[in-house]
Amino acid sequence: MGSLSPTLKIRESTVANPKVGGAGFPPGIRFPGTGGGGGGGGRDESYPDFGDRLRRYRLGLMVGLVAVVMLFVSFTSAYIVRQGLGSYDPAANAFVTDWKPLALPMGLLILNTCLLLASSFTIEMARRAAFAQAAVAPVTEMPGIARDEVRGVPWLPITVLLGLGFLAGQLMAWHELGRRGFYISTSPSNSFFYVLTGVHAVHLFGGVVALLYALAAAFRSRPLERRRIVVDVTAWYWHFMAILWLYIFALLKFAA
Amino acid sequence: MHNPETPKQDSVVHAGGNGHGGVHVHPAPTSFIRKYIFSTDHKVIGLQYYFLALTSVFVGMYLSLLMRIHLVWPGAKVLGMDIKPETYLALLTMHGTIMVFFVLTTAPQGGFGNYMLPIQIGAPDMAFPILNMLSFWTTFLGFLAIIAAFIVEGGAPISGWTNYAPLSAIPSAGPGQGLGEDLWIVSIALFCIASLLGALNFITTTLDLRARGMTMMRLPLTVWSWFITAILGLLAFGVLLAAGILLLLDRNLGTSFFVPGGLVVSGEMIKHQGGSPLLWQHLFWFFGHPEVYIAILPGMGVASQVLSTFSRKPIFGYKAMVYAMLAIGGLGFFVWGHHMFMSGMSPYSAMAFSVMTIAIGVPSAIKTFNWLGTMWKGRIRFTVPMMFAIGFVSLFVSGGLSGPFLAQPALDIPLHDTFFVVAHFHLIMGVAAIFGIFAATYYWFPKMFGRMMNSKLGYLHFWITFIGAYAIFFPMHYEGMAGRPRRYAQLTEVAYLHQFWGLEKFITFAAIITISAQFLFVINLFWSMFKGPKAEINPWESTTLEWTIPSPPPHDNFGGHVPVVNNGPYEYGVPGAERDYIMQTDPAHVGSSH
Repeated sequence: MGSLSPTLKIRESTVANPKVGGAGFPPGIRFPGTGGGGGGGGRDESYPDFGDRLRRYRLGLMVGLVAVVMLFVSFTSAYIVRQGLGSYDPAANAFVTDWKPLALPMGLLILNTCLLLASSFTIEMARRAAFAQAAVAPVTEMPGIARDEVRGVPWLPITVLLGLGFLAGQLMAWHELGRRGFYISTSPSNSFFYVLTGVHAVHLFGGVVALLYALAAAFRSRPLERRRIVVDVTAWYWHFMAILWLYIFALLKFAA
Repeated sequence: MHNPETPKQDSVVHAGGNGHGGVHVHPAPTSFIRKYIFSTDHKVIGLQYYFLALTSVFVGMYLSLLMRIHLVWPGAKVLGMDIKPETYLALLTMHGTIMVFFVLTTAPQGGFGNYMLPIQIGAPDMAFPILNMLSFWTTFLGFLAIIAAFIVEGGAPISGWTNYAPLSAIPSAGPGQGLGEDLWIVSIALFCIASLLGALNFITTTLDLRARGMTMMRLPLTVWSWFITAILGLLAFGVLLAAGILLLLDRNLGTSFFVPGGLVVSGEMIKHQGGSPLLWQHLFWFFGHPEVYIAILPGMGVASQVLSTFSRKPIFGYKAMVYAMLAIGGLGFFVWGHHMFMSGMSPYSAMAFSVMTIAIGVPSAIKTFNWLGTMWKGRIRFTVPMMFAIGFVSLFVSGGLSGPFLAQPALDIPLHDTFFVVAHFHLIMGVAAIFGIFAATYYWFPKMFGRMMNSKLGYLHFWITFIGAYAIFFPMHYEGMAGRPRRYAQLTEVAYLHQFWGLEKFITFAAIITISAQFLFVINLFWSMFKGPKAEINPWESTTLEWTIPSPPPHDNFGGHVPVVNNGPYEYGVPGAERDYIMQTDPAHVGSSH
């Protein structure tokens, strides 16, 4: 058992199908120019169409993210338009703006940002670990070969915790603003703070649910490939959510 | 570009992908619930969308009938329903909402797109079948929410399908603006989410699951139209969702995105400050204009497919048709301001929107020219689907020609709130799109149900509907130009409108007859489903992939066999060929285009 485990440090070329190799798979999406054709022959029997399915899910994610972008583009345009609006003041005979910049709870938000960026790092590690695991899977599933049970860092649970930490931190930021007397209807800048952070949090929570699904799939010993696709797609989604948060943070801070 | 050596076999066979790595196509479900209710089969889901739209269209039609009757017999009670002015507004709102979302968006894209797109590209299912099922059931929840608005306290909302703030943003603004309005927003938000999921699925499927040899320029124009419609939906529905979220907050949490300060509503000063109704209009119409094309583009695709098939000629200018649809879709995102010339928008931006709008006339004219070019000197078979496709072209031209009038601010200002606009959008967005749905139904019914529809009833249905649609909507142009305003429940006391009394009655009678004729269609549909003569595999002698498989298609469409495409989609009347058509799967024809 133990004596065989060193053989698991195999190079990609020794795996039956180069496409299953973790590092060998291009991280980007290969845009299908013609018929959704998958790549070359010599496919491993255990994983007949993994590359195709991974590409399809990544493509689906990319298309889905366009919709998320449009959602936040709309909020941004509303944000910019609303800043320039005001009410007619009969006394001054002029339009006066009711936009009062919101003093953000910066310390808390920076802490949250750090949590989210850290989670983006850990989920990337989880993604790579899942690929590495899948790379050796054809060997470990051979009869008579057992996997070295030395466990790596549990990147997925760490990511879930960091993600939940970020969400809790955002909730604390809401409470902090509420404590200072800034509610959603207090002023338009406050409204946008709650809307942007809230909608982002809902999206990130969707990512957490996907990760919990991947974890549950591990416990229920679902096919490794399925978990790997979930982890991979969620990781890209998660990175996008981190970038989206940086954008929202910058918008709230610098375009206030 | 395409590598003929690529073994496509695997990826196509496994494309059903229900999530189990390495499992072959999911077997056909046997339980009733998995087979007909929570099915992941795109064909079942397509039919679910279709029947949802069929239900909705009868609801919407009934509402329009109530309105038409009220307009000419204001005192009449229909089924004991007393129509007050605010009831009329509620009918108007619900008619528009149900028709635009749950009929014109649901049937062509969700219904036929779901059913036919995977088959026409040679795939066993959509890219994400479970997501597909979720899209339908989310749409269905949205439908339940909008229907619930009828029965809650205060009734249905009265703010129109465009739902302009501040009327839509203040619950005390009228009956139906309370819970009914909240349900409206929730329904549309659900519809947005469902449409986004659907668009994601359509785009991924089209890009990723095409059979070997099915290059983009060999796609049937129907697939192109669904693909472009999905892109429009992907870009547009998120904007409406954002607007809906902000509106819900304005209504329920006291924010002021869309509500200006200083309003007195129902005798009370409202607390909102500084918002802008224009902001709602911009967000709404940024969605709303592409939505018009979401409704009509699939009809264009079907018209192209049917006209080519029954003219026994290749589609005239295939590439021009594709680029014209792309141009219409692309330009559609830069013209939303033409719905707002009356809103107090800057005249300079109105000018820009006006020019962009008139520019859409160019690709529209290209399409019309090519449809006529396709029929020109063809050996036309006047089947029922062909009649509806020709009707589509006719209505598209009649409804479209008033577009450049309305696109000019100077003309739009007097015409905007009149029946001229009602005539315009009903002809082009309503009836033309419905004719697309009818053409698609008569054309694909043999494939979907394995039986032929009765053509005598079909012709009768066509002629009554075609003449009826013109009888209803064409006179409205004149009424509009003479200043007959829209959205008013009762104009019987207005002196200058007395001249239209006879015409108004004529329109109502035409509406009653046209609506009655739709029962011919429903009877034909359900009777033929069970009693129609058996359909062959390819009764129309068509060329695309759906006509190579049994009617109705098996669960995995191609029965494990993987189609290989060698020809373009519209190879009719090819010189030197033994038949007058070449299937897409036939051996490559020498000199075959694309």
